[in-house]
Amino acid sequence: MSNKLVPTALAAAFLLTACAGGEEPKTPPIAINEDPYPSTYVRYPGVPTVIRHATVFDGEGRQINDGTVVIADGVVKAVGGPELPTPAGAQEINGAGKWVTPGIIDVHSHLGDYPSPGVSSLSDGNEATSPVRPEVWAEHSVWPQDPGFSRALVNGGVTTMQILPGSANLFGGRSVVLKNVPARTTQGMKFPGAPYGLKMACGENPKRVYGSKGNMPQTRMGNIALTRQTWIKAQAYKRDWDKYEKEGGKMPDRDLAMDTLKGVLDGKILVQNHCYRADEMAIMMDMAKEFGYRVTAFHHAVEAYKIADLLRENDVCAVMWADWYGFKMESYDAIKENIPFVHNAGACAIVHSDDPNYIQRLNQEAAKALADGVRAGIPNLSEGVAWEWLSRNPAKALGILEKTGTLTPGKMADVVMWNGDPFSDYSRPERVWIDGALMYDANDPKRRPVSDFELGQPGQGDTK
Amino acid sequence: MIRRLTAALLLGVAAPLAAQTFVITGATVALGDGSAPIPNGQVVIRDGRVVAAGDIRMKLPADTQVIDATGKWVTPGIVAGFSRLGLAEVDLTASEEGGGGKSDTSGAADDSTSSGPFNAAIDVVPAINPLDTTIAVNRADGVTRALVAPNAGKNIFAGQGAVIDTGADMEPITAARKFQFVELGETGAGNAGGSRASAHIMFRNALREAAELRRYAPGIAASSGRTPDERERPVVQNPNESRVYSADARRSQDVLLTRFDAAALVPVLQGRQYLFVHVERASDIVQVLGLKRDFPALKIVLVGASEGWMVADRIAKAGIPVIASAVNDLPASFEQIAATQSNVGRMKNAGVHVSIGMIDDNDTRNLFMERQYAGNLVGLQKIPGATGVSWGEALAMITSRPAEAIGMGGEIGSLAAGRRADLVIWSGDPLEGTSGAEQVYIDGVRQPLDDHQTRLRDRYRYLERRDLPEAYRH
Repeated sequence: MSNKLVPTALAAAFLLTACAGGEEPKTPPIAINEDPYPSTYVRYPGVPTVIRHATVFDGEGRQINDGTVVIADGVVKAVGGPELPTPAGAQEINGAGKWVTPGIIDVHSHLGDYPSPGVSSLSDGNEATSPVRPEVWAEHSVWPQDPGFSRALVNGGVTTMQILPGSANLFGGRSVVLKNVPARTTQGMKFPGAPYGLKMACGENPKRVYGSKGNMPQTRMGNIALTRQTWIKAQAYKRDWDKYEKEGGKMPDRDLAMDTLKGVLDGKILVQNHCYRADEMAIMMDMAKEFGYRVTAFHHAVEAYKIADLLRENDVCAVMWADWYGFKMESYDAIKENIPFVHNAGACAIVHSDDPNYIQRLNQEAAKALADGVRAGIPNLSEGVAWEWLSRNPAKALGILEKTGTLTPGKMADVVMWNGDPFSDYSRPERVWIDGALMYDANDPKRRPVSDFELGQPGQGDTK
Repeated sequence: MIRRLTAALLLGVAAPLAAQTFVITGATVALGDGSAPIPNGQVVIRDGRVVAAGDIRMKLPADTQVIDATGKWVTPGIVAGFSRLGLAEVDLTASEEGGGGKSDTSGAADDSTSSGPFNAAIDVVPAINPLDTTIAVNRADGVTRALVAPNAGKNIFAGQGAVIDTGADMEPITAARKFQFVELGETGAGNAGGSRASAHIMFRNALREAAELRRYAPGIAASSGRTPDERERPVVQNPNESRVYSADARRSQDVLLTRFDAAALVPVLQGRQYLFVHVERASDIVQVLGLKRDFPALKIVLVGASEGWMVADRIAKAGIPVIASAVNDLPASFEQIAATQSNVGRMKNAGVHVSIGMIDDNDTRNLFMERQYAGNLVGLQKIPGATGVSWGEALAMITSRPAEAIGMGGEIGSLAAGRRADLVIWSGDPLEGTSGAEQVYIDGVRQPLDDHQTRLRDRYRYLERRDLPEAYRH
């Protein structure tokens, strides 16, 4: 516990204790280090670059034909038409026939905690030993050598991912947001400044995992009761700590699980709630009101279309597949228009993968959803608008929209140049920049990550 | 063939076009045989069969119905090369996702037999439910036929697979007991007690028992004379239905298989039934090719073959077709370390007969993904260092190639004259996921395209509160 204390706080505490006077003074509060495993990510060097004559989706809904994108110093410098000047010393890329977009952000991935190869030795996504495990952190499971990261980059154009714990538990633990830049450590991939998420789960999984062991929860009402009971504990914990942080005195016992839940109640940790059914999402939104927190996003949200208006009113994102259906009872009512219907209701729609294969084709998943929406008569849909489902809205759901997710000057230069319209099954990333550094170039076999696991194996460095 | 819609399905559905002569005009026509699409082509259908298709202009009877498909595309219906379609309404168990236990929705899932006494004798036919929502959903996306395999339960042999259609009627079976499915890779090793060596010796022993049964039971080899208790005997409709033959055949003491399981392998041994072998690893593929030397009559089809590109020349030389996963590129297991999306293209270029299947990839329900995967293989042609396939070949891999792999290329999978009239009118290029199936025909009969999903879509298109609850919108 003490190794979580900030050294300066320790020193201050010592000084104040030493000069205590006559009246029994309250020990001033000691600040807890909320970031003991900080990001050590440092962007790689890039070359000032101007892409010209490309079709640009800026992620804010706009499509620019014959567009120009300027990146330098790790950030987007300018986005516009052919009139934009080329800064001195910048390299020019002819983007004619290419598309340029913000990098795709997958808010629901298990790369690293359910990596390839899918052997149990490496499967570290579910701490299925208790339905309440907010104390576990996904970053302590993530194996940065998962070869899946490279596939998501080169085939999927994915530049940022949220890695989540699994859904066996009502409280599955903290998520971690990663830049898709290989590193020796997971901390080396951590997105600087991204808030933590808390994985919660409704529905079939928690009740079945524990019900089958004869433990609570065995039912959906058991799910809700245990979740509420846990929030009650968290509120009490928060009260004790708020008082301590204000008044000092005896430090309350620390509890890692409650630390995470307190972070949610403090608004510092975003709730990422696995929830399929409309009725359960409605309950979870009311639960958030009952205990004073927000649900940031419902993940899988197969029935989001049934309550798209409620999602809009509560400002909760729905994280969805284009057409997965029926693989379990709570996905039985999936429809192919879920994403466009949620979008059309004015709510925040997001395309996600939850899968190491689908993460390589999120653009195609969005394309199908867009086409299904158009066929269903949803107005004002376009490819430019649909790109919001792939980068802007995901960035919003991860609390990093100020930093990435759109091609807005000043934001991180997380950029993909596609070899054709990314809403086509025939198109692939040609180049991918992350923080302005070229991390993938289809024309340069050396600009392609190969994980330690794949070195010296058959097919090493192959186009995958 | 005239198809009958069930009464339930007829309700609220436009009456199907009766099988008759009709012509589709103005569309871009792709034949499914590997050739490039033909602009402004025609397809002529009579009595449920293709008369002619492509760049043709035929004199047609005056009462021929004309379907103007200008601006659309027409292809053969998609043939899912490897699937478990129709075997499960709801499959994945919640606990599989979360870790542990078995599902209680298994009553609606018949794709796997985890604790029954039989293996090779299992036949998917009685388990196929043509009214599964999965069939309707895939029909609505242009999948008209599927090769349906059982899952291996606790033996290397999974049982016998069938070819089905996705028509809205109660006769789903196109060809029963078309192939036996066996696992000889990681799954096979596990089911054989823990090693590939055990899986191979189990396989050889099973064929030995089949051979022995055949020797002692002439009824299996060829149906023979009557016996006094003839009326008690089942009637043999199909020579591959070995389970109904001579129950009194003698067997040696040294047997592991039940009589039914051994009998089911007789047609495999004789080459009357295809043998689908699921392996992924290059060395496993080489071992399977070796089986063909020892048992020359086997009609092997490789399933999976993620590392096939490494031994593609050997597969080609053996003349063994492959039904592959299209876009597997992860070392998802140690038998797929060299997986790459170029696998299909490289095997094809080496001369292997390749088609696409959904091997353990949402195989009970997402068969509609095959055309997206096929499009991805076309896209690979633009990637330096990758090997893709041409558009025509990519379409063939999800239509005629899987049919050819089981000797049914003359019946389904293309728009060549005489084929069953399974065809789809698409809103655009069918290898783009953005294109939708607008009309689907099976055996020349127009199919309904609405399903559970489209009804939900229509119910919840507008959320404003009305005079009655949503449940009254139907």
